[in-house]
Amino acid sequence: MGIEPVDVLLAALGAIALGAGALVVSTRHIVRAGLWLVVALGAIAGLYLVLTAELVAWVQVLLYVGAVVVLLLFAVMLTRAPIGASEDLDRPRWAGLLVGGGAGLGLAALLIDAYRWSRVPLPGQGTGAAPIGTEVFRTWVLPFEVLSVLLLAALIGAIVVSRPDIGRRES
Amino acid sequence: MHPVIPYVAAAGLFGLGCYGVVVRRNAVLLLMAVELMLNAVNLIFVTADANVRAALPHSGQVFALFVIVLATAEIGVGLAIVLQLYRLRQSVAVDEVPLGERNDGPDRNGPARHTAPGPGGAAR
Repeated sequence: MGIEPVDVLLAALGAIALGAGALVVSTRHIVRAGLWLVVALGAIAGLYLVLTAELVAWVQVLLYVGAVVVLLLFAVMLTRAPIGASEDLDRPRWAGLLVGGGAGLGLAALLIDAYRWSRVPLPGQGTGAAPIGTEVFRTWVLPFEVLSVLLLAALIGAIVVSRPDIGRRES
Repeated sequence: MHPVIPYVAAAGLFGLGCYGVVVRRNAVLLLMAVELMLNAVNLIFVTADANVRAALPHSGQVFALFVIVLATAEIGVGLAIVLQLYRLRQSVAVDEVPLGERNDGPDRNGPARHTAPGPGGAAR
């Protein structure tokens, strides 16, 4: 029933992710929300590393911290967000507290009830790219291919949405 | 390892994401909250991969990768829509978006659909 070092690490990284996530949804500076999102996603990548999911951790750093956050910051700049604090970012809080608190606390109660303080040994070594690649191309090859079609559809959709001269009705 | 620790962290992140989606008015901040929710789901996948003995090895991590790719596609299309909304209305506040097109006055909605929408659209 003791506390292992890996538990301390998991709890610390989880606390960092939760704190940064709370700042993402509560800060009054739009750019700072993006930067706190980097902290939250980095802490989650650290959690993946502790949970021996090395490939997922580095993909998280590459795609989320590298690509998604940069895209979000570009969108912040392109929509001419104010630099300083803005007062009208939030709607009334009660609905959000109700929904978010309900979902978070409900899920937490469910998971605590399911797992209690049980202990499982971590896998001995990290999962590199080779076993994941084997699984993707052996078992999950059909979802993988469907996902590539979806990426193409998303690409074309983004182009069509951002060009108003495509598909305009003649009137 | 006690798996309840990352599970509770994931539940908290999901709750924070829900709170952000409901409360935020700026569409870009709303997408950031959606990212938090997707990351909570990914954290649950990876934790389950580490502690549940499954018939197929590493399915949780494979699905986490799939969710990351889906999130990337989603953020691309979402930001294209947000930028187009900003180009049409000069605002990204999601509670000011008119949902019923018919009920809106023609002075706001009609010209924005059929003419060159502002400086960003006319520059091309």
